Amino acid sequence: MIPDLGNYAVEVMSAYVLSILLLVAIVAVSLRRGRKVRGQLVKIEARKESANV
Amino acid sequence: MSIWEYANPKKFIATTTPLVPWVLGVAIACLVVGLVWGFFLTPDDFRQGSTVKIIYLHVPAALMAINAWFMMLAMSLIWLVRRHHVSALAARAAAPVGIVMTLIALITGAIWGQPMWGTWWAWDPRLTSFLILFLFYLGYMALWEAIEDPDTAADLTSVLCIVGSVFAVLSRYAVNFWNQGLHQGTSIPVATGERTISDVFFVPLLICMVGFGLLFLALVLIRTQTEIRVRRIRALEIRMRS
Repeated sequence: MIPDLGNYAVEVMSAYVLSILLLVAIVAVSLRRGRKVRGQLVKIEARKESANV
Repeated sequence: MSIWEYANPKKFIATTTPLVPWVLGVAIACLVVGLVWGFFLTPDDFRQGSTVKIIYLHVPAALMAINAWFMMLAMSLIWLVRRHHVSALAARAAAPVGIVMTLIALITGAIWGQPMWGTWWAWDPRLTSFLILFLFYLGYMALWEAIEDPDTAADLTSVLCIVGSVFAVLSRYAVNFWNQGLHQGTSIPVATGERTISDVFFVPLLICMVGFGLLFLALVLIRTQTEIRVRRIRALEIRMRS
């Protein structure tokens, strides 16, 4: 399945693994923080609404 | 309709929210296709062997690391001239994405350099200016965190961004300015269009470059929306306390 990378298998594999890990991490962190902040805003706006009523 | 309408936070969120899933989806599709194609279906280079497969990560990441800084520069200038908060927040949102791209370019460059040049690192003009760009990213993010007043933070980070742009330019053109160092010049000169890279490698590379570009765009949109909401939460909290 994995192509024959010859003498450079460690270099090529480590470059791919590290880069993909970093990309996945920045996507996950961005989405998670976005969801968390959106939830906080909904809560605080609801609190404000109820205070106004 | 003016482009400045999008400087309205509500309008920005309303316009970008439906776009984000599409941009992110196409970005991931391009990355999967480009990286699978590059890794599994391209031959080894006659001189570099299988290390040429690192090109599909290194080049797009380096391209985006530099372009992210230029995008931050444009947003910073808009903030300084027109005082649109969304532009300052977009610049802030882009920095963590830019630093990840810079880190990927530095790591893959070192891993690629070791077998090809016999060293992980050299104080070559291009590499050195790229490392300084990485430090500027760190400084930029630290400055945003260090200053409590958001407008002052936006002002000072904008000035830092303008100064750091020198190293973004050098990262790209240092090879042309100083004809020395280990790093080669570009294989895809946009100005002349005379590529020195075969289509076998170029097509998956192009797909990866599009994928990295769209991923950057999607992440900046998501993170800018988050920064706008954080600002709104802070404003509401202050209003409710008083």
